[in-house]
Amino acid sequence: MIYFDNAASTKVDDEVLKSMQPYFSLNYGNASSIHEMGQIAKEALEKARKTIADSINALPEEIIFTSGGTESNNFAIKSIAFSNKKKNHIITSKVEHDCVLGSCKWLELQGFKVTYLDVDKFGAVNPEDVKKAITKKTCLVTIMHANNEVGTINNIAEIGKICRKAKVYFHSDACQSYTKVPIDVKEMNIDLLTINSHKIHGPKGVGALFIKKSTKITAWQNGGGHEFGLRSGTENVSGIVGFAKSVEISDKKNIEAMAKLRDYLIEKIIAEIPDVKLNGATGIDRLCNNVNFSFIGIEGEGILLMLSEKGFMVSTGSACSSTSLKASHVLLAMGLKHAVAHGSIRFSLSKYNNKGEIDLLVKELKPIIAKLREMSPLYKEMKK
Amino acid sequence: MYSKKVIENFTHPMNVGELANPDGVGKVGNPVCGDVMEIQIKVKKVDGKEVIEDIKFRTFGCASAIATSSMITQLAKGKTLDEARKITKADVAEELEGLPKIKMHCSNLAEEALNAAIDNYEHKGKKESFSRHECHGCGKKCEKRKK
Repeated sequence: MIYFDNAASTKVDDEVLKSMQPYFSLNYGNASSIHEMGQIAKEALEKARKTIADSINALPEEIIFTSGGTESNNFAIKSIAFSNKKKNHIITSKVEHDCVLGSCKWLELQGFKVTYLDVDKFGAVNPEDVKKAITKKTCLVTIMHANNEVGTINNIAEIGKICRKAKVYFHSDACQSYTKVPIDVKEMNIDLLTINSHKIHGPKGVGALFIKKSTKITAWQNGGGHEFGLRSGTENVSGIVGFAKSVEISDKKNIEAMAKLRDYLIEKIIAEIPDVKLNGATGIDRLCNNVNFSFIGIEGEGILLMLSEKGFMVSTGSACSSTSLKASHVLLAMGLKHAVAHGSIRFSLSKYNNKGEIDLLVKELKPIIAKLREMSPLYKEMKK
Repeated sequence: MYSKKVIENFTHPMNVGELANPDGVGKVGNPVCGDVMEIQIKVKKVDGKEVIEDIKFRTFGCASAIATSSMITQLAKGKTLDEARKITKADVAEELEGLPKIKMHCSNLAEEALNAAIDNYEHKGKKESFSRHECHGCGKKCEKRKK
């Protein structure tokens, strides 16, 4: 099997797995216990916290470990809203991950007002639109760093600057970009940042939320007062250790290699398959590992399943919406027609992919697209 | 997610394509919902009865839309028009060993496409072939596709 679905999840790196193992059956103490075994766990936990903090130029006490990106996003958005209730307005974009949009929609039910900003044809938010949307009532701006479906990178430094000037909290979901695009929370004026582990060769079920010191926020999950009282629940020590290891071993060289492979795949698809449309930005405005194409005249699921039969794992739009019938909300917000949006496939790379695999992929993809187009009553009229 | 029979009919669909001179054409669905199905039939009189001699389909849609198209054409081939009209969405789903709940509308679409093709034949082409559109799938209100 050849895996091109690394925006959905990644292989746990061998080194990561090795780093985690002692915390299952050897040093399995609760990090809150004051005996020796508990303190071993505590030490590992705090070491991991420092690694994560350093990677984004934050302080260790500004890092709250969570169960992953979805929890971090829910916590950030809902908690900021409820902790700053004198203001009732939130700004986000139309292309956010479902957990951000879902949190915002839920807040609307609780009486909050939400502005969903449009994006350009590449899927990027214009910082000027954020500026224009901010009112005296705005308590939070939440804009993703890089898009999970099309890989377009937002100018969050500019958005951060605008928010800081307007004294509005700025949260960014960086699940896809973390360790792939440099993030400096101080320089970028970020108040809250969501990151997670399983997109960067760490284990599933662990993530973190950076919360800038002095941010007005209260706990969402109450209990024993873990994570500075902001997120109770016994810490997932092995997962957190693995998460930190995956950050430690992330290497700039891999990013450059992935960007080259990405462009190779894009060029190869354009050269070998007619009537395709690349969705999203190009070059430095695109995540190093994301390729997203619409294949005119056919539907994405068929392509996915036929590729799967040949041993290639890819995704239609976002993995989370693969059981939904709706066309991607991201592609529609970018202005694609429904029928074109339905025909999109995301190929997402990792450091484990190579050129040979891409050659094999395109070789198998070509006849699959031709076969499905032969079956489609829309291809001829759509390709005009 | 899908039964073996669905995958089989999707990866190796039967009766794909167009007929040279079809006697009836039915096209249903809506690209907004992500499914458009077209069925063409060739009708022959055998002992005074009208029989579907040949049948072809073309479908834009997910795996289950293609599998249901393939299945209904297999069920209808060689049947009289009356028999073909009696093929229901439930028959199609059953022959495919079930469909995921969210994809049940695909079998609906297959039944409609076949009936639209028979209608088109019975009205000697006077009844438009893209007339039976109904949206069952995404639950959104979408514009009815005009011919």
